[in-house]
Amino acid sequence: MKQSTKRSYTLTFGCALAGLIALLALVSLFWAPYAADDTSGGRLTGPGAGHLLGTDKLGRDLFTQLMTGSRVAFEAGLGSVLIAAVVGVTLGVLAAFAQGWLDDTLSAFLDILIAFPTLLLAMLIVAAHSATLGSAVLAIGLAQSAVVGRLVRILVKRVLAQDYITAARTSGTSWPRIVAGHVLPNIWPTLVVNLALQFGLAVLAEAGLSYLGLGAPPPNASWGRMLQEAQATFTTAPAGALAPGILLVLLVIGVNLIADGLRDTLDPAARRRRA
Amino acid sequence: MNILDVRDLGIRTADGRTLVDGLSLTIAPGERLGLIGESGSGKSLTTLAVLGLLPDGMTATGGVELAGTQIVGASEKQLRGVRGRDAAIVFQEPLTALDPLMRVGRQIAEPLSRRRGLRGAELKRAVVDALEQVRLPEPDRIARAFPHEISGGQRQRVALAMALACDPKLLIADEPTTALDVTVQSDMLDLLDTLVRERDMAVLFVSHDLAVVSKVTDRVVVMKDGRVVEEGDVRTIVREPREEYTKALVASARQLESALDLRNA
Amino acid sequence: MTPVLELNGASFAYRGHTAPVVEDISFTVETGHSLALVGESGAGKTTLLRLLLGLARATAGTVRFDGDELKPRDREQMRRFRRSVQCVFQDPYSSLDPRRRVGSIVSEPLRSLGIDSRSTAAPKVAEALERVGLPADAAERYPHEFSGGQRQRIAIARATVCDPRVLLADEPVSALDVTTRVKVVDLLNELKQEQRLTLVMVSHDLSVVASLCERTAVLESGRIVEQGETGQVLGSPAHPYTRRLVDSVPRLPA
Repeated sequence: MKQSTKRSYTLTFGCALAGLIALLALVSLFWAPYAADDTSGGRLTGPGAGHLLGTDKLGRDLFTQLMTGSRVAFEAGLGSVLIAAVVGVTLGVLAAFAQGWLDDTLSAFLDILIAFPTLLLAMLIVAAHSATLGSAVLAIGLAQSAVVGRLVRILVKRVLAQDYITAARTSGTSWPRIVAGHVLPNIWPTLVVNLALQFGLAVLAEAGLSYLGLGAPPPNASWGRMLQEAQATFTTAPAGALAPGILLVLLVIGVNLIADGLRDTLDPAARRRRA
Repeated sequence: MNILDVRDLGIRTADGRTLVDGLSLTIAPGERLGLIGESGSGKSLTTLAVLGLLPDGMTATGGVELAGTQIVGASEKQLRGVRGRDAAIVFQEPLTALDPLMRVGRQIAEPLSRRRGLRGAELKRAVVDALEQVRLPEPDRIARAFPHEISGGQRQRVALAMALACDPKLLIADEPTTALDVTVQSDMLDLLDTLVRERDMAVLFVSHDLAVVSKVTDRVVVMKDGRVVEEGDVRTIVREPREEYTKALVASARQLESALDLRNA
Repeated sequence: MTPVLELNGASFAYRGHTAPVVEDISFTVETGHSLALVGESGAGKTTLLRLLLGLARATAGTVRFDGDELKPRDREQMRRFRRSVQCVFQDPYSSLDPRRRVGSIVSEPLRSLGIDSRSTAAPKVAEALERVGLPADAAERYPHEFSGGQRQRIAIARATVCDPRVLLADEPVSALDVTTRVKVVDLLNELKQEQRLTLVMVSHDLSVVASLCERTAVLESGRIVEQGETGQVLGSPAHPYTRRLVDSVPRLPA
């Protein structure tokens, strides 16, 4: 019992961290202290009354940018994870059921996709499209589909080897119903935890791509681009780099704590075994 | 002096549940003791405690004296000195007890070189000897094989050869034949009996199966829910069990066996 | 009378392997004559069970159900077959979906075979649970709340809920403790009598075979070496392998 209360603290704390940043993102949909392109504040003013965290080298309000940046971070995380979940689960389930050459082909495809650097994929997509948040999310999501797909393939194979699947077959249950009623519920806990971790990684990856100029274009703020822009003036005006950096770390930690907490709360049988 | 002297052994989990409580038993040199119990009785934990191998988070209280060494509270270094030399163990599932990535010969060679300091050709000969002693055919071929390349019965013989390699004073066998086919089990029990007799080795034989235990041991301890229920000569216990639980155990075994006798008649 | 199940010269080999796992197997399962398939690991017991369950197709020979060749593509025939032939597995931990309530597990054959909806299945589930000696409120609980013996009872309830004629059982008690084993053997005997079930049991445990089955077939390396009345086969074995098997059973001291 002690174990599970400790775990639920992890979950609560993680939710609090991520929730705080989610709140910033939500509010930014309706209201922000300044317009994104408002440069009236003067360049590189320090934190103060008019500007909570000061302004950047173009005179834009930092806090406003942080708020829109958190929205971009959530869009990137959720978008990538959605792509990874849909594509990854579909490929993984197919690969688990496939036999012979089809299984080999699908597995090889997933392996190649995993070996393919996200950065290269992003550059290809940006070259074919343009540097938008959508391109970045597509690149990250596809790269993560491979990771999720390979995990799902193994999880599904493990479930398919269980006797309750054979029992379902001899009970006359059709394959689609077996997948929906037995396979997915049993891989769900592990999958959800992994997707939560992928969310954190996607946020980091988007910041990385934006830092390199491959993410959302201005005037949309992104933590990654904020970091890049503030780099040159770090010694004179550290707030510009510290603020997005800290939020990025807090969000990733928060999401990881959520993943950790979920791992246990989602599986009552496992909790009992540990007790 | 007894080779094994367990006094008032208790085993607790990290969250305070008691799994074994007030367990005492002794084994004299060359004596064979059977430990009988069903799943959850704490019999396997008891054997682990004897070698100081309890899983993380579990703690032992009381006393376990193995060949003069106090095991409860001993340092890992002291325990390493005891394991293999004073007592060795054979587990139920030989596939998980052997390293899947190491050839059988090397796994047997390891305790031989560590304990007896054998090297080179001498070591090689000792490995083949060890495999021959457990009646494995073609010991040279088996020594070169990986665990998955030989049968379950052969793997269990390899595990036995490893346990016997350092000539321990006490052999602990935890359900050593439960995973084996019935004909293989029969051969394995005969082999175990012969080898132990030749070496005048003490045995702690753990099993849920009265009939199997009675083939190898003379005296048995019956366990239930972490406690000793009854103790005595195996024939007496099978003929006249005193405690309710032992009676149920014997009756169940008899009922199944009687089905065979009816058909034989 | 037409046998419920019949194997006629059945063989099975994995694709790409020339050596069959089971070869030229012939036997019949007639109502009221429970059959034991006895053998050790690698004898082909599990493959035989998969053939009998229609989960694998014989690469040679035939499997017949009620006199007709079993065709996995014939949906109408398969529905009748599934309703008549159910299965209990060896490992009660692997055979129950840990994420389903017992009620849902036991009612699965009724729902999947289109016999009942979830609501009309409830009384039958309660009856099946009661028959195997479990309380009715078991339906609301999850498998991990039960012991190994109780879980095997749940599996038996699932296999008998649609009133099948044949129960295929794969080492149904070998994962259980001796005292539990006896109780489950007794339960299977009751079901044989009260539900007019015919048992086809795969086992290596001769005492369980002798307790439950009228007929026995002994398998060695994928072939039947001896078959007949259980008393005859185990009492005066004709084949040396059967004799060795019988002699190997550990016995209690007299």
